[in-house]
Parts: sequence; C-alpha cells; structure tokens
Amino acid sequence: MSQERLIEIETGILSENDRHAQINRRRLADLGAYAVNLVSSPGSGKTTLLCATIRAMTGPVAVIEGDQQTTNDADRIRETGAPACQVNTGKGCHLDGHMVGHALDHLGIGQDTTLFIENVGNLVCPAAFDLGEDAKVAILSVTEGEDKPLKYPDMFTAARLALLNKVDLAPHCDVDLDLYEANLRRVNPGIEIIRTSARTGEGLEAWIGWLASEAAAKRRKTAAE
Amino acid sequence: MHEMSLCEGIRRVVDQAAASDEIARVTRVRLEIGRFAGVEKHALTFAWDIVMKGSKAEGAALEMIDLPGVALCYDCMKQVEIADRLDPCPDCGGGKLMPEGGDEMRIKDMEVI
Repeated sequence: MSQERLIEIETGILSENDRHAQINRRRLADLGAYAVNLVSSPGSGKTTLLCATIRAMTGPVAVIEGDQQTTNDADRIRETGAPACQVNTGKGCHLDGHMVGHALDHLGIGQDTTLFIENVGNLVCPAAFDLGEDAKVAILSVTEGEDKPLKYPDMFTAARLALLNKVDLAPHCDVDLDLYEANLRRVNPGIEIIRTSARTGEGLEAWIGWLASEAAAKRRKTAAE
Repeated sequence: MHEMSLCEGIRRVVDQAAASDEIARVTRVRLEIGRFAGVEKHALTFAWDIVMKGSKAEGAALEMIDLPGVALCYDCMKQVEIADRLDPCPDCGGGKLMPEGGDEMRIKDMEVI
C-alpha cells in the first residue's frame, strides 16, 4: 500500500503565462521596441484614440488588437497605414502572453517600434495577465461615471498612466473631471493622468510625448545593461 | 474573474509535478491566494471539479490559504495590512494606499499517494 506524502510546489498559478510574457519582453527589448498594454471597458474609445494617436505619430508603430470576435478593429488600424494583427480570443476575456507571442511572429516588428497592444475591453481579467509590455495604460471615458476606478480598482492600480478620454463630451454629461482624477489617485496614488479627446485632439501631444520619453528611458536602460 | 483559466494553469503545473509513475493520485492541492488577487473562491472551487476531470487530481481536495492585503500608505509612508482594497490606513486614516502585496496566486504544495 503506497503512502501519502507531500510535494512542495511553490509555483505561481500563472507561471506559464509569465514565462511567455518574459520571452516577449526580451524579444521587444532586443528590438528597442516599447510596448503598452491598453486596457479599458468596452466602448471607452480605445480604437478611435489609437487611430488618432497613430496618425499624429512619426516613428514606426505596430498594433495587436484583442477582441472576442471580428477583425473590425484591426481593419480600422490598417486604414491608418500601421501594421496590425487581430487576435480573436473566442470565449476568452483577456489576451495572454502566449497569444501575444504568436501575434509578434505575424507582425514582424522593426527596430524602435512603438507597439500598442489593445486588450479585450474588460476591466477585470486583463489586470492579472502579463503580456510582456512595458506599461499598462488604462483608458477611462468621461461617460463611464466618476466612481469607475473605485468599482474596478485592480486595473487602475496596475496601470502606470490613465487617459481620461472623450473629454470633449464632459460639458454635456454633467461630470466632474477632478473627481475622476481624485478617484484614480485614491486607488493608485502614483498614477499619471492625461485628459484626451480623439475628436478635438486635446491631450494627444502630451500622450505621444509620454510614450516617447518612456521609450527613450527604456532604450537608455537597455543600453546600460 | 477568470477562474476557469486559473484552474487550467493549476492543472498544467499539477500534471507536470505528478507525472512520475510513482504517483498514483493527487489527494489534496493547497493554494496561497492574496486578498487582492481578485480570485472568486466559489467560482474556483466550481471550476476545479470540472477542469481536474481525467487527471491524477480528479476528486482531489482544494484548499485555499488566505494571504493578507498589504499596502503602502502615501500619507504616513508606513506599510500596513488592510482587509479591503478601499479601506483607509489603519494607522493614520489616510486614503491614498498603494497595494504592495496580496496579489499572490501560488500553488504551495500537494499531497499524493
């Protein structure tokens, strides 16, 4: 009769995902590429803002689009002239490190690219899945309610930057933009915030400037290593 | 949140750790879950039975050990334990807390026969 015994494991549940994410991170660093993981609710205006951002940027960009179904978003991105790869997650509610690795194979990213990974619109699950990005950027539109960061704190805690989007609509929505910012800082005292509008172009220069300075800092750090 | 995919992650690790012929069955798996990990325990238990079917851990007990939520208070700059993500600092009452621990999702060990 065999005996019961204890086996120590001490492994993260998401260790397989984290392994893929680390491979992606290494790959992107070798290319001098800078990657952001864009996270938000569905309908926050991610794709519209991204199209406006790409049109206003000068350097090389590439986009990975995550959605449960359709290639609509990748089609919209390609209209800007940027290469895009659509990942359909099917029933999945988030992108994972493995999917992004495959997307990188398809995209063929060049030197010094800014890579935008537009995650599935979902403020819960994508917070836990590392994709190999350099920073998570949360997009929060002014129509969503000032207490959104309090309702879904994990995502806003995980993000380095929040884009408070569709600010052109603020006068029509009886919203308090300062309260949005206060609630973002309540769940993440270190978060940076830029107010943006794809329609008026407000904040685009600051957002693109943020990307450029983060990418430059990464290249300096990589070169020093 | 994504308890089904978490269980699939656990199954991958458990399958690997139990691959040896000397292990007939896994009878218990112990996890360490931080308070801020966002894991819905009931959903995880529900997914557990389904995902583990056909593996050596089919029917194994699932035990979850809670790890505390730890945050840095930006007002008094102390590391404090809090039960809920939006709780004020228990020391100074400040409202600006940055989580620094409690997002753990680890497989600690397993019992096998």
